[in-house]
Amino acid sequence: MKYIDEFRDGKTASRLARRIREAVQPGQRYHLMEFCGGHTHAIYRYGVQDLLPDEVRMIHGPGCPVCVLPIGRLDMALALAARPDVILCSYGDMLRVPGSGGKSLLKARGQGSDIRMVYSAADALELARQQPDREVVFFAIGFETTTPPTAVAIRTAFAEGLANFSVLCNHVLTPAAVVNILDSPEAREVGNVPIDGFLGPAHVSIVIGTEAYERFAQGYHKPVVISGFEPLDVMQSILMLVEQINDGRAEVENQYIRAVTRRGNVKAQQIVAEVFETRSEFEWRGLGVVPDSALQIREKFAAFDAERRFPLLYVSVADNRACACGSILRGVAEPTDCKLFARTCTPESPMGSCMVSSEGACAAYYQYGRFRNLATLAKA
Amino acid sequence: MCLAIPARVDALLDGDRALIDLDGVQKEISLALLDGVGVGDYVVVHVGYALGRLDPEEAAHTLELLRGVSAVAGPTP
Amino acid sequence: MSAPARRSFGHPIDLKRGVVELAHGSGGRAMAQLIEELFSPALSNAWLDQGNDQACIDLPSGRVAVSTDSFVVSPLFFPGGDIGSLAVHGTVNDVAMSGARPLHLTAGFIIEAGFPLCDLKRIVESMARAAGAAAVTIVTGDTKVVERGQADGLFINTTGLGIIPANVTLSGDRARPGDRILVSGTLGDHGVAVMSLRGGLAFHTSIQSDSAPLHDLVRVMVEAVPGLRCLRDPTRGGLATTLNEIARQSGVGMCIRETELPIAAEVAAACELLGLDPLYVANEGKLVAICAAEDAARLLGVMRAHPLGRRAALIGEVEDDAHHFVRMQTAFGGNRVVDWLSGEQLPRIC
Repeated sequence: MKYIDEFRDGKTASRLARRIREAVQPGQRYHLMEFCGGHTHAIYRYGVQDLLPDEVRMIHGPGCPVCVLPIGRLDMALALAARPDVILCSYGDMLRVPGSGGKSLLKARGQGSDIRMVYSAADALELARQQPDREVVFFAIGFETTTPPTAVAIRTAFAEGLANFSVLCNHVLTPAAVVNILDSPEAREVGNVPIDGFLGPAHVSIVIGTEAYERFAQGYHKPVVISGFEPLDVMQSILMLVEQINDGRAEVENQYIRAVTRRGNVKAQQIVAEVFETRSEFEWRGLGVVPDSALQIREKFAAFDAERRFPLLYVSVADNRACACGSILRGVAEPTDCKLFARTCTPESPMGSCMVSSEGACAAYYQYGRFRNLATLAKA
Repeated sequence: MCLAIPARVDALLDGDRALIDLDGVQKEISLALLDGVGVGDYVVVHVGYALGRLDPEEAAHTLELLRGVSAVAGPTP
Repeated sequence: MSAPARRSFGHPIDLKRGVVELAHGSGGRAMAQLIEELFSPALSNAWLDQGNDQACIDLPSGRVAVSTDSFVVSPLFFPGGDIGSLAVHGTVNDVAMSGARPLHLTAGFIIEAGFPLCDLKRIVESMARAAGAAAVTIVTGDTKVVERGQADGLFINTTGLGIIPANVTLSGDRARPGDRILVSGTLGDHGVAVMSLRGGLAFHTSIQSDSAPLHDLVRVMVEAVPGLRCLRDPTRGGLATTLNEIARQSGVGMCIRETELPIAAEVAAACELLGLDPLYVANEGKLVAICAAEDAARLLGVMRAHPLGRRAALIGEVEDDAHHFVRMQTAFGGNRVVDWLSGEQLPRIC
């Protein structure tokens, strides 16, 4: 596959690994947060960490929209799906996430709710056209990569005067999450959760551009490298971060120059701005309530806002007390630090989203990396 | 935000849509988020929409950097 | 034996536009007519034509391998096959994985009322062709019809039996550290072919299901390497699930190499597009073989010489591991665990 396979080449990987080993300075710490769940997934799937020196520690960030969706919002989707007039359309990633009482969309479907898996918001729109006597609700999740497609769907529904289509909007914003981590109490304490640099999400950045990160680099003096998702991209980006740290620089660098620009996709940004506005606050699983971190549908498109169309109430639901997803999402803990990991919390019976979403830190670790830390598991 | 794939535009279709091709697998996607896409262009596809173009020159440049002695791309121009 | 006198049913069943009705499964005249006008023309043989509730068979002596499977695939028709041919191949293969030569099958149908007769005819004819090509006879069967909504169109159960050659013992608990792991061909073809038709995922591809009977391939393999440890076909859950099953049964670990896995370019591309891992995607015409190290080269040669094993590959080794992990050396140079599949593999956006 062109532009994919070349960036997975093993020989180039060993050369890059050597460059990283040579660049790492003894006594210097390189704790790098890979913000995006897709990067976590790639690191584990290809075994990138096997090629990194011990001084480089990857910390898993909150960039997994499935993981950070609070239970209470999933409960709203379940409530909608339980209505006999509703067809709820969802991305595959959300289907197995447990809501309140351990009920997932998949389980609800087994109990009679009409829930359909879709690959795209456009599919939900098409379903609405085909079934004019049913209410079709699209369960929208995702960061800035996934938001523009939802915006297009709503705009199209508006233009066509579709009377039976609406969206339950849970789109969240990357910069707000990054700031939240940098501003967290742990981060402010010197010596606790040191994050020396960020691997930024390339696909989000195709939309928002690299300029969106400039204020972190300057304001918090942390280097950011916008990294592609192929394993060679990740390694090149790690090398770039290591060199920035060595040089004492804190810049925004773009590794994914083949698709990311400084301004990003302006057309997509405009479409998003037309349909959505920022919520003053939104609860993130693990991070708590974060200001200016999520989107809601504008008044002009209120007819397509499931929250205004249906009587829905958001009730905040606390996590299982022993579940460490919150700490893991903030980079304070590893999956193996959680008392439930690989015992009561497994992909078959997940206690929290970090395990059930395939890009969650715990699922990635469980799927790909568990055998590495057997001594740790045996001890605990 | 994550699962986006670079694919070649094989044909332009009505209503801002295109047929993309990845090693013989073809899928219809939306071009609503991009202007001026032509047959033969490579686009990055996410959930059925093209998010951006992939620049073959920059891709080649990245590969050269990866394979060369230095792997530093430098700050964004 | 002479054929029973043909009864007259008045009007023949409308096989082009008619549908299955509850009466067709109730054991009465309607069912007899369905059997005579739809099933028999396709499946006729001495046992079925006798018209008894059971088939009386003289079996050659030896250990009997028996296997049963139910087929609920959706959609019913897919590139490279349909539920009928799948129902034959699937059970033929399960029997063959014991080393046995499959001889006879049973076929039970559970049909939803309203199911088009033309589709049923097409499926039954497909079963007949598959059985003929595999040289197995469908000796007895059953038909039930349930109310609309109680079955997804059609479900088929087949049970098969065969005789295991005297010197052959194949079992999932026989893998030993040092043994080699082989696969008979490309992975993920069937799952991707079926998924390509699922609503909401529609993509166009020339990928065909690999559904095929493997007993002849098994025959040449067992003849060449009688000491073969184990054979299994990686159906639901893909190669990853099969390797984990065998690892657990045998109390061993496994190490495979990603660079050795045969995967068709289009299958790899489809998996990328959907966020699927080909290791977990179903196969219906492939097998996994475990043999002693010294037999691997010969076994591979024999597999590659067979039409169904052209892309056979040696993919890894069995190792000593108290945790029974299946690990993979990635093409990239790292390591990852290839774990059990959790639930159904769902396409990802993330």
